[in-house]
Amino acid sequence: MVDFSIWDIFRNLLLAARWTVLLSLIAFVGGGLVGLALLIARIAKLRFADQLVGGYVQLFQGTPLLMQLFLAYFGLSLFGINVSPWVAAALALTLYTSAFLTEIWRGCVAAVHKGQWEASAALALNLREQLRYVIGPQALRVAVPPTVGFLVQVIKGTALASVIGFIELTKAGTMITNATFRPFTVYACLALMYFALCYPISAWSKSLESKLHGHR
Amino acid sequence: MIAFDFPAVLAEWPLLAKGVAATLALTAVSASVGVTLGVACAWARLHGAVWLKAIVGAYVELIRNTPFIVQLFFLFFGLPGIGVRLSPETASVLAMVVNLGAYAAEIVRAGIATTPKGQIEAAQSLALSETQVFTRVVLPPALKRVWPALVSQIIIVMLGSAVCGQISTPELSYAANLIQSRNFRAFESFIVATLIYLALAMALRRLLNWAGPRFIFGK
Amino acid sequence: MATAESPIPTGIVEIKGLRKRFGTNEVLKGIDLSVKRGEVIAIIGKSGSGKSTLLRCINGLEVFNEGTLSVDGNPLLHGNANAMRTLRQHVGMIFQGFNLFPHLSVGRNVMLAPTLVKKRHADQTVAQAKKLLARVGLAEKFDAQPDQLSGGQQQRVAIARALAMEPAVLLCDEITSALDPELVGEVLRVVESLAEEGMTLLMVTHEMSFARKVSDRLVFMHAGRIHEVGPPEQLFGAPQTAELKQFLSSIND
Repeated sequence: MVDFSIWDIFRNLLLAARWTVLLSLIAFVGGGLVGLALLIARIAKLRFADQLVGGYVQLFQGTPLLMQLFLAYFGLSLFGINVSPWVAAALALTLYTSAFLTEIWRGCVAAVHKGQWEASAALALNLREQLRYVIGPQALRVAVPPTVGFLVQVIKGTALASVIGFIELTKAGTMITNATFRPFTVYACLALMYFALCYPISAWSKSLESKLHGHR
Repeated sequence: MIAFDFPAVLAEWPLLAKGVAATLALTAVSASVGVTLGVACAWARLHGAVWLKAIVGAYVELIRNTPFIVQLFFLFFGLPGIGVRLSPETASVLAMVVNLGAYAAEIVRAGIATTPKGQIEAAQSLALSETQVFTRVVLPPALKRVWPALVSQIIIVMLGSAVCGQISTPELSYAANLIQSRNFRAFESFIVATLIYLALAMALRRLLNWAGPRFIFGK
Repeated sequence: MATAESPIPTGIVEIKGLRKRFGTNEVLKGIDLSVKRGEVIAIIGKSGSGKSTLLRCINGLEVFNEGTLSVDGNPLLHGNANAMRTLRQHVGMIFQGFNLFPHLSVGRNVMLAPTLVKKRHADQTVAQAKKLLARVGLAEKFDAQPDQLSGGQQQRVAIARALAMEPAVLLCDEITSALDPELVGEVLRVVESLAEEGMTLLMVTHEMSFARKVSDRLVFMHAGRIHEVGPPEQLFGAPQTAELKQFLSSIND
């Protein structure tokens, strides 16, 4: 039996980490764009936007991410679409991220003082101008820490994609365990790799948060 | 037109019911033990010795920065590597308790940190012991303040328990998987399970929002 | 044929039968008011009498339920975005809480609306902003941040910001109520100079001596209705209704 060193384990995990990072970025950026669109629909008070987006958020926040992944995987294949784990995972995680981000950002917009809306309206600004020049900049400032913090949630969420066969860190960990018969070491390394990815981002989010409140 | 076959899934309601029961049992145990652990950790971080603060801090950061599935797999697949074998149920409960404990520690710590100083000073001048000050004066209002966040976290853990089916814990997602392996109705099985989870999440939120003021911290 | 009382047939602000409800609570119970160009009107009354609500109806921040409201001959059309945009270029508002934009400098606060709405060029808006800030006595604060200013200074910037749109009517909603007493005077002086220059002003205010000094007409509101209207000497000197008598005695205590 080949003897695997810890370095071998790490090396293989590192290779798989690429996919974790890539999936996380796709979901985060894609989810951000969708979430922003949903938020603006809500702010612009489009027909039924409030109820529909509200329901959408409740759906994704009230059901397990694992189920969402399964549904994306098995659901899409029903429509004849050839679903690879990549597509299913990217879709499910993007929608999941969009629901959480739109809700986080909604809170940030709500945190902007009502007087700002009134003053800019009194100055004849329309909604687009209000959002872009008055409300947006103020909401953005408040939104950065929790948005950065949510990236950590996305990275952790990619671990579930392993269940539908997506090859990322966790799947690689399982495979390496089967090859090396050293589960304790492998899973410990796996945990450390996620920690190495997530902790810096968490710490950054916390420092952004304290900078925001220290400013006052 | 795609033909859905929901009756085939709903016919297996006994399996689903057992799954729901297991999910609820897992949640109940881990919520109570986890929140207690969280309160203990929060206290330790605010009042404990330096070494205790460090250990608790490391625990909290480690759990919050690693995925739950990895924590679960570590307990179930990893520990046997050093001779510790846990049953699926034990591993699941342990993982959920450890996970919730770390998040609860942060949430409760934030709640305690915002206690108005005057409250503590008043309690101390009434000659209450440090424990009494904490449990009677500081903790109940703190829990009340952070109850929404705590409830949300409990629901997150409940939803996260779906992953425990992967190590054959017979909870709801495991039941759904079992059903779909029998009747090949994967989409319908998972839709039904997902909707049940949604209903559970909504019901649990209502229940906890009712129970909190009633049993834990007063109106 | 115009009478001696109202030489101009229609005022710059014409309000007829205005009613406003918040849920089941009727806050404005049929308001009739005609404001002449260049007139300074002070609206006084107890809190809850509907004074601020009335003011906020005039620039559309509140939507009224019944009645008509027109500014400069144009009726208020809430659903019409273009109409509202035009209206708000003619009607400016100063708020009790100043509501300066915290992320913009003082100069940019004043310049924002003319740049976006009137689509002026940068050099024009900068020059105008500097002129207006000088007018309110804050020329040197062009690059300052709002949080570096005192309440009275912030309110004066708010006035400059509203004036940048060259409104025909200025609405002042208790603009000194949130100020420390020693800062009230600097704001009132600016308002007084605006009145002297012929700006049409509608002010909700608790500053009775100021109202007496500066306004052409006083409007006393009580429980959603206008109880008395007239020149300050008439309302202060010879109050007709019991409510006004009670109000005046309560503020003199």
